[in-house]
Amino acid sequence: MMMSAPPTLVLLVDDYPDNRDIYVQFLTYSGLRVEEAENGHQALDKAFALLPDVIVMDLSLPGLDGWEATRRLKQDPRTRDIPVIALTGHALAGHSKGAFDAGCDAFITKPCLPERLLEEIRAILAAAPPRSGDPTS
Amino acid sequence: MPSARTTGTRRPNAGASARLELLEALLVAANPAQCAQRALAWLQRRANVRAALCLVAHGGEGPRLTPVASLGVPTARVERFSVDLEMRTHPLTRALLAAGPLVLATNGAPSSVTPLGRRDVQAIPLAPLQPRDLPAGLLLVAPPSATIAREARWLGRVLGPRLAALVARARIEDSEQALQRERGLLASIINAVTDPILLTDGEGRMIIANARAETLLATDDDQSEGRRRAVALNNMLFSAALTRRAIEGAEAPRHEVPLVDPVDGSDLLFELLSTMTSDARAGTGIVSVLRNVTDLQRATAELEENYRKLRQTETDARAERDRLDLVIDSVADPILVTDPGGNTVMMNAPAEHLFTAPEAASGEVQRAVQANDAHFSSFVSNLFFEGDSRRRSGSISLVDPATGAPLPMEAISGKIVSEHGEVTALVTILHDRTEELERARLFEELKTVSAGLEVKVREATGELVRQNELLRRSHIALEQASALKSQFLANMSHEFRTPLNAILGYTSMLLKGVSGELSAHQRRNLERIDSNSQHLLSIINDILDITRIEAGKMPLTVTAFPLPALVREVLAEVEPLIARTTLTVTTEVDEALPPLQSDRQKVKQIVINLLTNALKFTAQGWVTVTASKGPGDRVAIAVADSGIGISPKDQEIIFEDFRQADDSPTRRYTGAGLGLAICRRLATMLDGELTVRSALGEGSVFTLTLPHAPKDDR
Repeated sequence: MMMSAPPTLVLLVDDYPDNRDIYVQFLTYSGLRVEEAENGHQALDKAFALLPDVIVMDLSLPGLDGWEATRRLKQDPRTRDIPVIALTGHALAGHSKGAFDAGCDAFITKPCLPERLLEEIRAILAAAPPRSGDPTS
Repeated sequence: MPSARTTGTRRPNAGASARLELLEALLVAANPAQCAQRALAWLQRRANVRAALCLVAHGGEGPRLTPVASLGVPTARVERFSVDLEMRTHPLTRALLAAGPLVLATNGAPSSVTPLGRRDVQAIPLAPLQPRDLPAGLLLVAPPSATIAREARWLGRVLGPRLAALVARARIEDSEQALQRERGLLASIINAVTDPILLTDGEGRMIIANARAETLLATDDDQSEGRRRAVALNNMLFSAALTRRAIEGAEAPRHEVPLVDPVDGSDLLFELLSTMTSDARAGTGIVSVLRNVTDLQRATAELEENYRKLRQTETDARAERDRLDLVIDSVADPILVTDPGGNTVMMNAPAEHLFTAPEAASGEVQRAVQANDAHFSSFVSNLFFEGDSRRRSGSISLVDPATGAPLPMEAISGKIVSEHGEVTALVTILHDRTEELERARLFEELKTVSAGLEVKVREATGELVRQNELLRRSHIALEQASALKSQFLANMSHEFRTPLNAILGYTSMLLKGVSGELSAHQRRNLERIDSNSQHLLSIINDILDITRIEAGKMPLTVTAFPLPALVREVLAEVEPLIARTTLTVTTEVDEALPPLQSDRQKVKQIVINLLTNALKFTAQGWVTVTASKGPGDRVAIAVADSGIGISPKDQEIIFEDFRQADDSPTRRYTGAGLGLAICRRLATMLDGELTVRSALGEGSVFTLTLPHAPKDDR
């Protein structure tokens, strides 16, 4: 029985619980599904397990940081096509470059209002090539 | 006389044959002595004679009777005997000139008249050759007798002429021999003369010539062709000279005859001395003596040459001496020449200045000169006594007589040594060492100062190194501090942003009604929270900007863009702020401005900042934004207002970090005070500048001037 396409799944990675909470509340409120991860390892585990439509990645994370997590995601065939939006409190120019080098598709500096993040997610999903729900190879 | 006749008659044949025999003997006698001796021997045999002596008479000058032969008389007595015929009274002279024989009686006493002793003597004159001539001689016979008288008388007649003839012949032979001897002697004499001597006749024929003359002027057939030719040439030259001599007469000073030596062909020069001789029989002749003056000429020439050389040498020596004098006088150092006695032989002008004083000079000068002289003499005498070294240098202290100033002198002396190794003179050069000593002293001083300086420099260098090290360390510390500050601010920014993100996020969600509807009061309070959070964020962003700029991490993105559009954009963004005021905001933009090449974002940030400042500090009136062509190739964007204005002393403060003109805690105007500081930094980054023109109460004009394009080296 064909059902309408499931809502967009966002994997939100941030070590600061309040910020996760704001975006989860707002994105869910806006009709998106949101999964959370609070560090790099968790992010990788959930990404490989859930294969979200988009990943919002805070770069400064305990343990495995955002840059390294992104690099691994982009090196893995299962996850390499998933758009990664870097979200960071670091505003110096070097940081954005490092983020793009790691494979991030977009870069947002905190503070970032929840509606702004939503716009960015929609824009990047619209620009991304349509993805088969089931990755091959 | 009968007795004699009787005897004769008695033996007439014997007497006749004996006389004949004697005549033959006399005829064949070779000389007077032999002739006379035979006659005496015959007489002894015929007349029993004991002793006899035959004397010959010599005529001419100093006529004498000399013995020629003797019989029975001691030879010694005979040889010494001779009678001077000038003595007419001499018995023998008388006997000689008597008409016939005489008897010279001695009466038994010894007689010096004849060598025949004490006997009586019969003297018989010998008949002369010619009847009128002097008797040829005298025959003395002893003892006298009639027989002897008879025989002797005959004998006198035959012996006299014969003896006279023999004596004459002997005399001729003698004189011929003497003549020959003299001739030989003469020849050897003239031959011994090395100069040619010759006698020529009137026609120039050579009559007598000495050996040298013959060598030059006579030739044999067996001589070589060359010699014959040379001799012929010599004869021609000699004849020509004789002829010239004859023509010019004896008064001509010198007659030189050049001849050739036929033996070796060398040229010879002779002086001709000739004398005319006249002889009745030989006629006129010329005696010529050729004096060899070749050597004389050569010697003369040599003498002249030597004299000339001597003169030349003398001239040279004088010139040399003059030159030497000139050189010595031109030398500024005193030079003295001293003889071994210590006397000064020569000195140049500088030396005279030191060692001589005019008579009229003052006592001081005189004393100085004497002192100098004493010092110098002492120096020189020491050197004379030092045998070994030829050269010596030393120091002597003199005094300048003119000024009395001390003159430390270096004296260099050299000995002049003769061929025999004895010192003939001493040359001394004095050199003033005043300057040298002064230089040495200055040099020492300099060295001391230099050494001191070196120590100071070393100390200063050490200090500098230490300071440098301190500076380096503090520089490192500063850099570290600066880096730490930047890092700190960056971290702070990050740490601020995270909670701020949450505040803004929740506020935004609440205002959006995510958590349900809000009352008007709740909404107003939430909006205050939002507004303050935004303000906090802008401060954090300003701090971050400054940190970026100071860390050199502010990236520039240069593009070409039109200014009017930018100004419109700025006004649009600031519109909400404008809307809250009652100000008249206008723009004056030169639409013809070419596109500006710069970092659009930064230019916009500056203009927004200036405009918001103008709005903030202007309570009423107007704000105008102008964009126009600036000075040179630049563009000016100015924001003018009619606000409170800025006092001159505050006009720089406002560009400093975290400063406002009113810094008091109770200030009216909010803001971190970073805006203009960032703007000015950004303007500098864009090669532009930000200036202000203002006065309190009269508004302000902030002008951003930018180059039309950034510098190439950016």
